[in-house]
Amino acid sequence: MDESINLVLFSGTDDKLNAAAVMTAGAAALGKPVNVFLQYWALDAFRADRIDRDHGLAAEAGAEGRGHVDALRAAGQASWAETLRQAKELGGVDIQACSLSMDLLGLEQADLDPLVDGVEGVTAFYLNAGTGQIVFI
Amino acid sequence: MTETSATPAITRTIDARGSFCPGPLMELIRAIREAQVGDVLSVYSSDKGSKVDIPKWIEKAGHRLISVETRDGYDEILVEKMR
Repeated sequence: MDESINLVLFSGTDDKLNAAAVMTAGAAALGKPVNVFLQYWALDAFRADRIDRDHGLAAEAGAEGRGHVDALRAAGQASWAETLRQAKELGGVDIQACSLSMDLLGLEQADLDPLVDGVEGVTAFYLNAGTGQIVFI
Repeated sequence: MTETSATPAITRTIDARGSFCPGPLMELIRAIREAQVGDVLSVYSSDKGSKVDIPKWIEKAGHRLISVETRDGYDEILVEKMR
């Protein structure tokens, strides 16, 4: 069994979420288990009623970056949510919401998109990660 | 052009042109899962990363890369499902 890849998603802008989705899909393609832990604004972006919204871009994108992102999207780039759905179809991808962030945002699991498999605390995340690498985005 | 072996019969063609990284690989994996051992799949991809990534994935996954040909604005990658 390959070592796991463990992504902590904190940022809720579309560019960072897309980068995370691509990292997830690539690892899943290689058969690596991927654990995704959603905190703060990343978790907010996974709300069922908001996941398909425009979540903006990181500040460094600026107007020029916005133009590049819009052009790729117009050319047919899949959304980060769609890329994550494809990654989950490959198997081995588990997406968990941070319970503290759930409390912070006043959310229940029913408020989240079905991409999210469950709610857990940070200790469970570390235990699932084992000795695999942890990446914070 | 060098003549090597005859091009094997293609079982299925996956046209992933216009799909961005890692879309073509995602489509190939789905098709390989649905295929039978010995099937030959052809992937069309216009994504530059996939030209590098797909052959590496094929090797790692234990299938056989038959060829990578650059056509007019896209690449055609042929792979045989081995297991």
